[in-house]
Amino acid sequence: MPDDRVLSGPAVSVTNLTKRFGDFTAVDDIGFDVCRGEVFGFLGPNGAGKSTTIRMLCGIIKPTSGEGVVGGYSIRKDSDRIKLNTGYMSQKFSLYRDLTPYENLEFYSGVYGLPGNRRRERISWALDMAGLTNRKDDQTGDLPVGFQQRLALGAAVLHEPSILFLDEPTAGVDPLSRRSFWDLIHKLSSSGVTVFVTTHYMDEAEHCDRIAFIDKGKLIKLNSPSALKKEEGMERVYELVTDNWRTAFDLLRKKRDRFGAISLFGTNIHLNLQPEKLAAVTSYLKSEGVEFSPINEIAPSLEDIFVSLLRSDDETGDRT
Amino acid sequence: MSSSILLADTIEVVGLEKKFGDLEALRGVDLSVKSGIIHAVVGPDGAGKTTLLRILAGIMSPTGGKVKVLGRDVASAPESIKGKIGYLSQRFSLNPSLTVEENIDFFASLYGVSNSDKIPRARRLLEFSRLAGFRTRRAAHLSGGMKQKLSLCCALIHTPELLLLDEPTTGVDPISRRELWEILYDLLGEGVTVIVSTPYMDEAERAGEITLLHKGRAIITGNMKILRSRYRFSMYELITGDNLKALETSARILGDEKVSLFGNRIHVAIGLSDDLSAFKSHLQNEGIQIKSIRSVEPGLEDIFIQELADAG
Repeated sequence: MPDDRVLSGPAVSVTNLTKRFGDFTAVDDIGFDVCRGEVFGFLGPNGAGKSTTIRMLCGIIKPTSGEGVVGGYSIRKDSDRIKLNTGYMSQKFSLYRDLTPYENLEFYSGVYGLPGNRRRERISWALDMAGLTNRKDDQTGDLPVGFQQRLALGAAVLHEPSILFLDEPTAGVDPLSRRSFWDLIHKLSSSGVTVFVTTHYMDEAEHCDRIAFIDKGKLIKLNSPSALKKEEGMERVYELVTDNWRTAFDLLRKKRDRFGAISLFGTNIHLNLQPEKLAAVTSYLKSEGVEFSPINEIAPSLEDIFVSLLRSDDETGDRT
Repeated sequence: MSSSILLADTIEVVGLEKKFGDLEALRGVDLSVKSGIIHAVVGPDGAGKTTLLRILAGIMSPTGGKVKVLGRDVASAPESIKGKIGYLSQRFSLNPSLTVEENIDFFASLYGVSNSDKIPRARRLLEFSRLAGFRTRRAAHLSGGMKQKLSLCCALIHTPELLLLDEPTTGVDPISRRELWEILYDLLGEGVTVIVSTPYMDEAERAGEITLLHKGRAIITGNMKILRSRYRFSMYELITGDNLKALETSARILGDEKVSLFGNRIHVAIGLSDDLSAFKSHLQNEGIQIKSIRSVEPGLEDIFIQELADAG
């Protein structure tokens, strides 16, 4: 179903992509490829340049310099073709609440210019996927959020785009709906659709095949979640378990300039630090008379990695 | 933990109901929150988080049930009690034309905080929130994360005993989220009781106790240890030569809701009495090569999903 052009080469290919607004550089010379059928996560703090990049890749705004090729089309020259070949869904589902699901899909098939036969076929496919075949004449605004979300997804892929952009797609949705949403995303990706997703949910980023981290307009890391967790030079995460967790936590927080970030998960203390500092932590706690079980290294979360990367990228301390 | 036995509960809620016309926002919530801990209320949009926090803050009346806050019935509590409660709503009214410092001053005078209390406290709050360098910037020109932190500073300027935070980290990036938690950890050290609502499961795991709210009901409440002990499955992370086939096969053997794909890894929930080796040989019989399989701890989301399925 995807465009022939996509079958050869990467789904998205970005080189030296830059966007300036006046003297502010929102996207600063980034480059990466996204493989066909990949679920590609795009992460970064607010204002890092995520939305600007997506808007360029969807052909909505033109880059200042550099190039992007999306589904075989240049974002500089063929932005109209790109719009027909990509789907876009944001957390603010672009559905009309006072129309029925059927009417919403009818509206979008008009926007995409689907002809009669294909229109009927795609609308019934989308209703089925969203689990709304029996509720197609209800008011959209009255549906549970999970259904609205799947309907919005259906609308975004009605024209069978080869590339789907998801901008924080599951904010505020209950966990069951979130799981079934991700099942749908994986089904789409296994049928060859490339999925490009931004999110602030770090556990959601775990669903991605690869993750790109951007900060201050620059690409600072690109890898799979499991490879990122094993990379050299990242802070490690250690778990400290003690009955005197309040005391231990207070003691360690006083020394956080020396040891690094300390956080609490329930009554377990997590230390994000360089491995060579562990001995100092142990002897410090012992000298203060705190008893504790052996400290274990635990797998870092993507949030740990995110914070560790940004900390090493940004030592100026003006991050907000 | 043993010291908590000596402390009274800061919040006691029994059978709390709130109706807005036909809409039942809260349908009989029971909740007790010990003093001096961080208690997370987790749930999706529409679960009733905001309504619950507003009622606890004494700015909305329930339609049924009992609500005691700081030892008093919150509806009839005098201003002296309400003055001990800090509340941060989702749409906090910072004055955009005032600077960071002026906003804090404004709230200090609103709560009647004396200058001698205000100055050192404001300095500390600005330092913790890393806003000290932006004292003279107008609130309108702050980023989303900075506005959230300033709102929190304003809610804290009068040293509340109980702090109610309604989704302070929604839409906030992970760095700002960590900084907000740094402030919460400081409050924990000061003995303030904090109730924080959030849609983020991984964030809630930081809290001492957690309540899962869904469709106006408190599905479960307790610390992570208690919640994990209710989980009736063992969670395994599986990496195979053909993940799509493995996913389909696992879903057929175990059921759809027990299987999910995370990038190149599959999570499968296997019943405690079920046989892992039987499951493995089942996959292998289908010609699926198992590259690795290891036990992982269930997350809050896994537990939530089980409880939702149980609740029907």
